[in-house]
Parts: sequence; structure tokens; C-alpha cells
Amino acid sequence: MPQISQLATTYSSQIFWLVVFFGFVFFVIGRGMVPRVMATVDLRDRQIASDLAAAEAARRAANADEEAWRAEANQRRSEAQAVIAAAKAEAAKSAEARLVEAGKGVDVRMLAAEARIEQARDAALGEIETVASEATSDIVARLAGITVDEATARAAVKEALHA
Amino acid sequence: MAAEQGKVDPMHQFTIEPLFGTDHWSIAGYNVAFTNSAMWMAVATVVLLIFVAGGLKRQLVPGRWQMAVESFTGFVDGLLAANVGPAGKKYVPYVFSLFMFILFANILGLLPLGIIGIHPFTFTSHFTITGILAILSFSIVLIVGFAKHKLHFFSLFIPHGTPLVMIPLIFVIELVSFMVRPFSLGLRLFVAMMAGHVLLEVLSSFVIGSANAGAGWGLVVGIPTFLLMIAIQALELLVAAIQAYVFALLTSLYINDAENLH
Repeated sequence: MPQISQLATTYSSQIFWLVVFFGFVFFVIGRGMVPRVMATVDLRDRQIASDLAAAEAARRAANADEEAWRAEANQRRSEAQAVIAAAKAEAAKSAEARLVEAGKGVDVRMLAAEARIEQARDAALGEIETVASEATSDIVARLAGITVDEATARAAVKEALHA
Repeated sequence: MAAEQGKVDPMHQFTIEPLFGTDHWSIAGYNVAFTNSAMWMAVATVVLLIFVAGGLKRQLVPGRWQMAVESFTGFVDGLLAANVGPAGKKYVPYVFSLFMFILFANILGLLPLGIIGIHPFTFTSHFTITGILAILSFSIVLIVGFAKHKLHFFSLFIPHGTPLVMIPLIFVIELVSFMVRPFSLGLRLFVAMMAGHVLLEVLSSFVIGSANAGAGWGLVVGIPTFLLMIAIQALELLVAAIQAYVFALLTSLYINDAENLH
């Protein structure tokens, strides 16, 4: 077993070179390079964490924006509906007013027309009376040979007409 | 038998040989020859350096290599965070170095480089090496424990709720189990590595011996043994990773005792 049989002659060399090479590994690699490798890992972890936080914040901001936008849209919509309703009411009111106005005009004209019709009928009636009284006096003169004056004839006709 | 034939000696792979005529190098009378063991420590160090340097691009979106390196640092970081807590962060360089150095040593020692004439040497199969690493971990535990808790650190050996009369006995038992830690830590890795390599070597001697004994023996013994070797090789790769993990895990558990006394 060389580990034992060579121990006396090789132990110093083994220890010396182990100290040299393990010392190099510890000081150059362990102390020099490993912290830098781990710093890179830490940096990346921090970066990832901050990126995640930023993404979370952005998501929250987007949600808040959407919420605000939705509230504003709702408000705008209700405002628009109020405007439409007001316009509708306004339109209905003005239409009614114009209808009333027009109705009034129609009434006035109807009254005038009715008055004219009345007048015309009265005139026509008067005409008929005159014609009838003339005809009556003619008929009487022809049939009875009596001359009746115009006033008598008219009274008789009126009486006969209104009877 | 195998040694008699002079073909396959399963222990020969652990022999340390000075390279490049450096066998007379010494510092203060101690021999520091640059051996095949030191060579493979250098290889493990260089490969580890290349591996970690490749992950040092510091890109926000990592490539595959950077991802691999970061998963190892993250693994060690998670190990210490789980076993020691927030105080474990400062031990990441040490446990990472330990884990990766042992892992690369174990795996490099298993590479089939013998095919191209290079003979891998698994320096973690020498208890000199694993022992030093275990003592290193153990001394960190002692230094941190006594620096942080002063003599109160001895209360580690008295679990909560120990009846008063039992305290002396429990103290001795716990002290022994504590003092055994560096040995179990170092020997576990050494034994696991050595056993696997010896097993592979013994099986390979079966393959070679049976094939030399004739085609019939080669078919009956050699091929099944070779298939078994493939399976054991896969198992050894698993063991290589597990032993590195166990070493790092136990180190972090012991550091936890020193950092968070009960």
C-alpha cells in the first residue's frame, strides 16, 4: 500500500503541493472568482425581482386606468343620456306648443269660416225670402189678380218659411 | 498471483513518483519533489480555474457554461444556507473550493486517459491529502468556535436536557465523537476513492488474465467482468460526486456547530 509505505518519503511533498494548489484554488478561485459569480447571480435575481415588481405596478396602474376610464365612460354615457332625454322633452314640449298654436289658428279660422257660412246662409235666406215674396206677389197677382204690396208678401213668405 | 505474473498490481496506481527529475527538491530539509500527485493537483487546479473562469462572463442572461458554474456556486450557497443559515455565507469560498477541488480530483482520476498513455492519479486516494483537508476543515471549526463562543464552546459536548449526573459521561462521549470527526472525514474520502480504484484494477486483471488464458475463458469470464467494470465505473463516477458532496456537507455541518452553538 503506497499510501503507507511511501508515507515517510512523500508526506512533505504531498503537504507542500496540496497547500500550494489548494491555496491557489481557495484564494484565486474561491475568494477571487466565486464572489463575482455570485454577485452576478444576485444582480440577476434583484433585476428579476425589480422587473416583476415593475410589471406588477404597471398591471395595477393599467387596472386603475381601466377602472377610471370605465367610470368616466359610464359618466359620459349617463350625461349623454341625460342630454338626449332633455332634448327629447324639449322637442316634445315645443311640438306640443306648436300644435297648440296651430290649433288656435285653426280654431280662429274655423270660427271665421263658420261666421261666413252663417252670414252666407242668412244672405241666402234673405235672398230666398225676397225671391219667394216676389214670386208670391207675382203668383198672387196672376192667380187672384190681387196686387199685394211687397211688405205683405214678405211677411207672408216669412211666416210660411218659418212655420 | 497477479503480482507473480508481474502484470497487474492493483496498488501500483497509488505509487507516488517524482517527475521531471525534481526528486531532490527540498525546503528546509523537507522533500518537496514535484510528483505525479502534485501534477494531478495542478491539473485539477487548472481545469477548475478554466471552468470557473468560463463562468465569469457576468452576463445578465447566462450562457450554458456560466449557467453550469452558477449552478455549482448556487449549490454550495444553498448547502451552507440550509445547514448554517445566514452566517454560512462567508464560508462559501472555502466550501466551494473544497467541494470543487475534491470533485475535480475524483473525476479526473477516473478518466480513461490510460488509453492515450497518460496515467491519471487520484490524489484524493491518499490519506495524506484527505487528512490535511479534514484537519483544515476541523481547525476552521475549532478556530471559529473558540473565537466566537470562547470557553462556552465546550457546551457543544453537553446536549440539551442532559441529566446532571450524566454530564461527565456524556461530555467524554461527545468529546470523543468530536475528536473523531477529522479522522472519519479524511478516511471516508480516502477509503471510498481507494476502494473503487482497487476494485476496477482487480476486475481489469480478471479481464486481462482470462483473455490470456484462452478465448473460452475470455468469453465466460472476461466479457461479464468487463460489463461489470462498466457498471462499476458508472458507480464510481457517482461515488466521486457523492464523496465530494459528503465532504462539503459534513464540513458545513461542523461549521454549523461552531457558528450556531446549539
